Amino acid sequence: MPSGPGVSAELPLASQNGTRTLRTDPKAAPHAIDQETERPMPEITLTVNGTPQNLDVPANALLVDVLRDTLNLTGTHIGCDTSQCGACTVHLDGRSAKSCTVLAVQADGAHITTIEGLQSGATLHPMQEAFRKHHGLQCGFCTPGMIMAAVALVEDKPEIDEAGVRHGLEGNLCRCTGYQNIVAAVLDGARTMHSTKAGG
Amino acid sequence: MGIPTFDYIRPKSLGDARKAYDAAGDARYIAGGQTLLPVMKQRLAQPASVIDLGGIAGLSGIQVEGKSLTIGAMTRHADVAASPDVRRLIPALAHLAGLIGDPQVRNRGTMGGSLANNDPSADYPAAVLGLGAIVLTDSRSIAADEFFDGLFTTSLEESEIIRAISFPVPERAHYEKFAHPASRFALVGVMVSKGAEGVRVAATGAGQTGVFRVPEMEAALAKSFTAAAIEGITVPADDMIADMHASGAYRAQLVGVLARRAVAAIS
Repeated sequence: MPSGPGVSAELPLASQNGTRTLRTDPKAAPHAIDQETERPMPEITLTVNGTPQNLDVPANALLVDVLRDTLNLTGTHIGCDTSQCGACTVHLDGRSAKSCTVLAVQADGAHITTIEGLQSGATLHPMQEAFRKHHGLQCGFCTPGMIMAAVALVEDKPEIDEAGVRHGLEGNLCRCTGYQNIVAAVLDGARTMHSTKAGG
Repeated sequence: MGIPTFDYIRPKSLGDARKAYDAAGDARYIAGGQTLLPVMKQRLAQPASVIDLGGIAGLSGIQVEGKSLTIGAMTRHADVAASPDVRRLIPALAHLAGLIGDPQVRNRGTMGGSLANNDPSADYPAAVLGLGAIVLTDSRSIAADEFFDGLFTTSLEESEIIRAISFPVPERAHYEKFAHPASRFALVGVMVSKGAEGVRVAATGAGQTGVFRVPEMEAALAKSFTAAAIEGITVPADDMIADMHASGAYRAQLVGVLARRAVAAIS
């Protein structure tokens, strides 16, 4: 069975010019055909966590589905699927966006960062580390989206305060924690991010 | 949840977009998609074609032109909220943009998309009507007073595309919003402005036919720009939206309260 938009299980990944290409049929240029709808699939290029990806995606594929099902980046979660909970938050060209409410084709040419792209090597991103340290989670389902939203929120705000964090996380719901430790983690993560920056 | 499939078209010019729309018959334009995609998930819209305005150059950005600010239709809410020009010249507009939805929605949603949709609880209609803006389309200019035409309805022709919105810079203006605590839509929002063309008071979230002006308040404020001058001026509760979130009487009360707060903030 196809494992996601534009992917057929029996076909291996083709490697062309250093970019990975996922095609239903690599020879069927320029457009692969969506087996379900028999419509041509637009070809898009996404740079995901630094790696360019050429993808044939059905027009109606959501960005979150391509990330999870085609690229197997399942750290991005689907919570409500109605753009309320923020579990699917990724960075689209450096800005937070709910990937359940973006068509993959709309993101053609964009740089996407997911939770998997945040840490460098074995070292957690300061915001991830802060969530660990302050236990800014209970079940953990909202955590990837919460962290992606938090990183985008504090990126250019070294002086952000508690009210700013609470206002800035309005698009992310947590049904476990009551937010207290999340807010503490984001404030601490912001301090570390900016002191690291300042220290070079 | 998924979305039923459609033909996806990404034109490079306004002319091509309109041709594609007219040729498709059953089409919808997509700008930021923060309303259209949820609506398509719910099957409230199932267009055969979706025409993406994201590939058309020149539809984003904010320009100061004499005594007005012109904002491209594809400009994201976050960019309106953060723009130094908007914050300096029409801080009420930057403030309003920063209250829409949440940060992720503001990073995707666009001014043109919001206006074309004309949700009765959206914020931008109050800005456009309350500041007396002009909606510039691919074919003409539409004054704010002529633009809004009832729930989810505007005077745009079927395939007409908003290109930009031109806001006259007011002497002063303020937007007061009572947000629904979950959705962040305006339960009621009131924009008050005072400028060369006089005083405007526009309320969103409240009216059964969408955004509306309050002429009695405008007349009173033209004589005396104080909160006290509009004390006792009410809007008919029967004309207000009544739903599980608030009664018509409650919304009518909020229109008065928020209008007085907005005036007090700038008088």
